[in-house]
Amino acid sequence: MTRPKLAVWKFASCDGCQLTLLDCEDELLALAEVVEISQFLEATSEIKDGPYDISLVEGSITTEHDHDRIRNVREQSHTLIAIGACATAGGIQALRNFADVDAFTNTVYANPDYIETLDKSTAIADHVKVDMELRGCPVSKSQLIELITATLAARKPHIPTVSQCVECKRAGTACVMVSKGIPCMGPVTQAGCGNLCPKIGRGCYGCFGPVEHANTDALTAEFAKLGLSDRQTSDKYRYFNAGADAFATAGESP
Amino acid sequence: MTTRTLQVDALARVEGEGALYVKLNGDEIDTVEFRIFEPPRFFEAFMQGRDCHEAPDITSRICGICPIAYVMGASHAMEQALGIEVTQPIKDLRRMIYCGEWIQSHVLHAAMLHAPDFLNLHDAMAIAKVEPELVKTALRLKKLGNTLMEVIGGRSVHPVNTRVGGFYKAPSADAIAGLIPELEWGVQAARDTALAFAKFDFPDDEGDYIFVSLSQQQVYPIDEGNIVSSTGLDIDVADFSDHFYETHVERSNALHGHMKDGSAYLTGPLARYANNFDKLSPTAKQTAEDCGLGPVVTNPFKSILVRMVEVQYAIEEALRLARAYQPFEPSFIDAPPRAGSGHGCTEAPRGICYHRYSIDDDARITHATIVPPTSQNQPQIEVDLTRVVRRYMDLDDDALRWRCEQTIRNYDPCISCATHFLKLTVERT
Repeated sequence: MTRPKLAVWKFASCDGCQLTLLDCEDELLALAEVVEISQFLEATSEIKDGPYDISLVEGSITTEHDHDRIRNVREQSHTLIAIGACATAGGIQALRNFADVDAFTNTVYANPDYIETLDKSTAIADHVKVDMELRGCPVSKSQLIELITATLAARKPHIPTVSQCVECKRAGTACVMVSKGIPCMGPVTQAGCGNLCPKIGRGCYGCFGPVEHANTDALTAEFAKLGLSDRQTSDKYRYFNAGADAFATAGESP
Repeated sequence: MTTRTLQVDALARVEGEGALYVKLNGDEIDTVEFRIFEPPRFFEAFMQGRDCHEAPDITSRICGICPIAYVMGASHAMEQALGIEVTQPIKDLRRMIYCGEWIQSHVLHAAMLHAPDFLNLHDAMAIAKVEPELVKTALRLKKLGNTLMEVIGGRSVHPVNTRVGGFYKAPSADAIAGLIPELEWGVQAARDTALAFAKFDFPDDEGDYIFVSLSQQQVYPIDEGNIVSSTGLDIDVADFSDHFYETHVERSNALHGHMKDGSAYLTGPLARYANNFDKLSPTAKQTAEDCGLGPVVTNPFKSILVRMVEVQYAIEEALRLARAYQPFEPSFIDAPPRAGSGHGCTEAPRGICYHRYSIDDDARITHATIVPPTSQNQPQIEVDLTRVVRRYMDLDDDALRWRCEQTIRNYDPCISCATHFLKLTVERT
């Protein structure tokens, strides 16, 4: 029986999401038995030609060259899965999308002509059809394994889309905003990290991007009551998922 | 005269996107280039205006493999700018989580990315078919490093518990004590892995290096110290830019680092080891000796062994710190906003990683400079490539290309890191 071919692709990113796959130390060798790792430049120098059954795509599109490259990846991939905040929302580098571009271009550097870049960092789905998206900066190891397993079994992956608040309540974590007055993005952020920040008394900072129907207006009003300036509130939305629609809008003018 | 061209458009088993180009005219070397084409992400530009407390979280996203190096460099710099002195328990816990990063990053590179070169295999999965126990042990060691980062930092890629001034919450005594049995196992496992790698057939090669590293009081340098070189330099971190500078060349989206006199230098395991051999533990020194290493290693292909010696040392250090650990309060030191500037430099697994920031009265960033290890090593990598091509010119194209790729991988280059500090120019679409 031929094994399904898995490919891993990198665009503008920190490598952390594809590293998450290599960090599956207990599952990696087993995974390599059930799929044929056919293209994974960070891990192997063996490159097999497409088409590929599953393509995992990390990173955002920031150059003309990468815009062409992702179209080529799409053509060769049966199922294309965007993994992580860069691939699903443009990543932290999408902060350039909101910058005064003239101010940026006027920043002094040695030889600007050597550098080629687009003026926006955008998600994979802005360029090609994406079959599934996995959120997170970085993605969660268990969600990544679940997603691959489900795709191989041709079933729907079990990836919760509730808010971080729900995760806190389920885990019995005291609300940091109510009990300590710490600004927290939990009400508008999708769960998935494992309730990491509130558990240590830190406000969620939105690694998993906006939850569906995020009520950012209510949260923005709550932040104002806690004494945050408009700029501070805007910065909360303009972080690792700054390019996601709900956060991009909420970050405009609180 | 025949012209030979060796080209690798996308280097494998490195972090990020790099390429290699070598051109020979007969026996004459025409061009040797290690190109970085990873798209720039402009961290230094978009950090301007952000709150200084965000710098550790933002810069950790420069690299998913060595986030702690960025968290710590940014934290040190902001603490200096704000006038914060952290306590000894905070320093100790920082060193412990940094050990975790060294372990996972070094084992990832040595066992999964570098070792295949010596076995003529493509990857760790292929090694697992012939040497299953070796790979299983390596994966368990890598997991140990990640577990350290998770227990202290909340997660291994982009930890959440670290902050300017210390930690959001000190881990419980039980959580740290729970690491001890696996750390105890790890000391011997790292040594065994080093000895297994020592049996590889290493290409003959010798570099004439200026080694640049940190030097830390009493211990092997990881989390702080002065910047020193094998040529006698010994400076405060704040004086970095008086002695090192960077140039921007067309073939690369990363700046190239040089010493003030223009010479290339090497930072990373070989440099740390050569400059600080006496500060290794007796057991780590013993492993080095049993691997056939002297107190200075100039064959870059043997960096894989030095990395494993450092893994053993990092596990021993984490064990020492874990055994002495007690939860502490306060878990971080705070200070009101004020204008100022600060510097930070720590030993990322790949070498020294330097940060410099200025902040305004509201503690918002007005200037950011980050000099990651791979951009510092880039000129030295090209010097190494030239030397290796000259020596191994008689190999056929495939073998010479493989040898060149291996020469680059000797540095465990983190291309994602190297690219991310360039300023922005925009091409509109």
